[in-house]
Amino acid sequence: MTGAPLLEVEDLRVRFHLRTGTVEAVRGVSFSLGRERLGIVGESGSGKSQTARALLGLTPPPGEVTARRLTFDGIDLLKASRRTLRSLRGGRMAMVMQDPKYSLNPVMTIGKQMVETYLAHARAGKREAQEKALAMLEAVRLRDPERVFSLYPHEVSGGMGQRVMIAMMLITDPDFLIADEPTSALDVTVQQEVLRILDGLVAERGMGLIFISHDLRLVSSFCDRVLVMYGGKVMEELASGDLSSAQHPYTRGLMNCLPSISGSSHPLPTLERDPEWAK
Amino acid sequence: MMIDIRDLSIVFGTGRLRVEAVKNFSLEVEEGEAFGLVGESGSGKSTVLRAICGLAPVARGSIAIAGAPVKTPRDQKFYATVQMVFQDPYGSLHPRQTVDRILSEPLSIHGLRDQDRRIVAALEEVGLGPGYRFRYPHQLSGGQRQRVAIARALILNPKVVLLDEPTSALDASVQAEILNLLERLRAERGLTYVLVSHDLAVVTHLCRRLLVMRNGEMIELTDAETLRRGEPQSPYTRELIQATRGFRRGTAPAST
Amino acid sequence: MAELAAPSSKSSLREWLTTSEPRSRAQARLGNAYRSWVAFSRNPLAMFGLFIVLVLIIVAIFADQLATHSATVGGDLRTERLQPPSAAHWLGTDNQARDIYSRLVHGSRLTLMVVMLVTVIAMPVGLLIGTVAGYMGGWIDAVLMRITDIFLAFPRLILALAFVAALGPGIVNAIIAIAITSWPPYARIARAETLTIRNSDFVVAVRLQGASPFRIITRHIMPLCVPSVIIRVTLDMAGIILTAAGLGFLGLGAQPPTPEWGAMIASGRQFIIDYWWVATMPGIAIFVVSLGFNLLGDGLRDVLDPKAEK
Repeated sequence: MTGAPLLEVEDLRVRFHLRTGTVEAVRGVSFSLGRERLGIVGESGSGKSQTARALLGLTPPPGEVTARRLTFDGIDLLKASRRTLRSLRGGRMAMVMQDPKYSLNPVMTIGKQMVETYLAHARAGKREAQEKALAMLEAVRLRDPERVFSLYPHEVSGGMGQRVMIAMMLITDPDFLIADEPTSALDVTVQQEVLRILDGLVAERGMGLIFISHDLRLVSSFCDRVLVMYGGKVMEELASGDLSSAQHPYTRGLMNCLPSISGSSHPLPTLERDPEWAK
Repeated sequence: MMIDIRDLSIVFGTGRLRVEAVKNFSLEVEEGEAFGLVGESGSGKSTVLRAICGLAPVARGSIAIAGAPVKTPRDQKFYATVQMVFQDPYGSLHPRQTVDRILSEPLSIHGLRDQDRRIVAALEEVGLGPGYRFRYPHQLSGGQRQRVAIARALILNPKVVLLDEPTSALDASVQAEILNLLERLRAERGLTYVLVSHDLAVVTHLCRRLLVMRNGEMIELTDAETLRRGEPQSPYTRELIQATRGFRRGTAPAST
Repeated sequence: MAELAAPSSKSSLREWLTTSEPRSRAQARLGNAYRSWVAFSRNPLAMFGLFIVLVLIIVAIFADQLATHSATVGGDLRTERLQPPSAAHWLGTDNQARDIYSRLVHGSRLTLMVVMLVTVIAMPVGLLIGTVAGYMGGWIDAVLMRITDIFLAFPRLILALAFVAALGPGIVNAIIAIAITSWPPYARIARAETLTIRNSDFVVAVRLQGASPFRIITRHIMPLCVPSVIIRVTLDMAGIILTAAGLGFLGLGAQPPTPEWGAMIASGRQFIIDYWWVATMPGIAIFVVSLGFNLLGDGLRDVLDPKAEK
């Protein structure tokens, strides 16, 4: 971690007040992020996506976000006005989501969407925005950026769509990026390429990155640090080289229950969920 | 031989929109064997399963089950011999039918009596107690739904079970439970599996022999042992193995 | 295998209905219905709509008891014509010295009859044609949809006129005419739903069990189309009532002295300036009942829409 932390989170809680009761999706998560790659791993229902959304102020109603501390570069995100949050979102904090089929506007060309994103945050003319968009499409190594610029999202493949998404989110030069399962909807061979591009861009721009996934192996090979979440809480924090020395039984259980090409036990060890973890 | 496919070609659409989803596909699966079909999207692996069931337009080639060529359209005898488990646990159960109804339907269609006993036995076999019998799918978790789907596939006592990415939509811990269940059931009932997946680790865990497909073509017929030793022939297979190891920093990305 | 142990107290009835481990088909179904009811009852507008519809039904059933005067025979034509609302005649009298309130009350029977008969005829026809067309596809779909288009092209009133010209005026012919022009939208809705559903894994699964198309359509697809069609039907009620009223207005529906609400508006039209209540009261009745069905339909949509389910 170089310099002051970009993001400081202390005791983050996300609650949903439903008619049938209150559901706590995130229960006291704390971490800080510098210009590094942080991975958040968990199964469905672990609260990892809700954590990400809370950071960007995107928790849907009837959700309630509370924290002892939630600051980005010194700005208190809990007390910030809507205007401030809007200018930060997409400007200095960006998010890439899972499936470009659903996260790109299907009725606008790719170029138009990127230009719109840029113009929303930078004081620039259309020409400059277009040039920037083309430059970003090239940066994500899309051959023939001019052609892609005028295509609609459904006309590009999944891998290309995700690169477009990355290009679009990085066009404003954000300080940090949240990637929520960015490669889960892609084929395995395409995943590698997209990750390499993301890796390159993050390193080149000195950005912070939060990588969210259910895939522990992938996250630990990509990120510097990993948070393992379960039931809305952080079970363990690891340096990514250290997976094999993980202490928490949930992390160990999660690793052990995966089959492997080099051989796994028959039957596979299954995760014994200790009710203590959920407390 | 339980499943014998020769020179299968599956073509969708006509004229300008003609797509050959599967080209010159051949396969032999022995009785009691678990065979894997591995590939990425567009490889044609799921299309092959559908073709076996009579749900894909076969342009050329032959399919034979238990020595006899299949009839088109398939008959009741086929459906009592070959069954399928689908990928999406949320889409493969009728949203307005209880588990009991979902399981009794195949029994009613085939005129089997004694439904109560069979349903309770089917649920027990997949590890679901009688308390699940009258629940609706939205009252079940993903893993539980998949168990119901497996129970449904087995309730007619088929010989062959086609598994189309049965664990891809499940969490890792639930996947382990379902894989164990599938393995146990195959051993207990002497079933023949054809398992389709994009996940090499899952395929090598359950299957001994496997076929790698890409863009509708057969790339390499190999087995789990060869992969374990790191000796696959085709570079594409090597790429797939590499991908299961997570991210590798330091190699130049390709332009598309 | 049904084990319906009758629960004793109210709270244990709720428990029995909302248990996560039902012990019989009946219990599961009742539990589901109960949950839907709870969701529905949370919507005040929907409950209001339901209330109006229930009042309509009760008034129709107990018309004889609720009416104060005869609905068809007037009083003294010299003194009781066109009287404003008063203690003796709650909603006034019309130009035949008949009590408007009693006519409205008896007229509710006709309104309800029209609504029920049109539903009973049009809904099953639309559902069947739509699901068959959607599932079978190909030329069956094309033929059925073209037939649907033909019926859709007829404006209701024009077709009713044609019917009445052929078969003579009367409420039954009016109902048939309305029903014939009502089913096409239901067929379209059912077809659209069927197209979405028919490639779902659960339909494929049942095909792979050897189910015949008839079985698949009737037992697996139709139950999923019914909610959308019901919603559309309740939203259509207003239109159906208004069409029947329109036919009555033109003198093609119920014949005098039957107290059909539309016909009442027609006959009261000429008095609207000085004796506003003669036309306005039946107008308000039509408005309230249409509103009630609309609100009910909206409320049902919120509850029955399968997309809203998890």
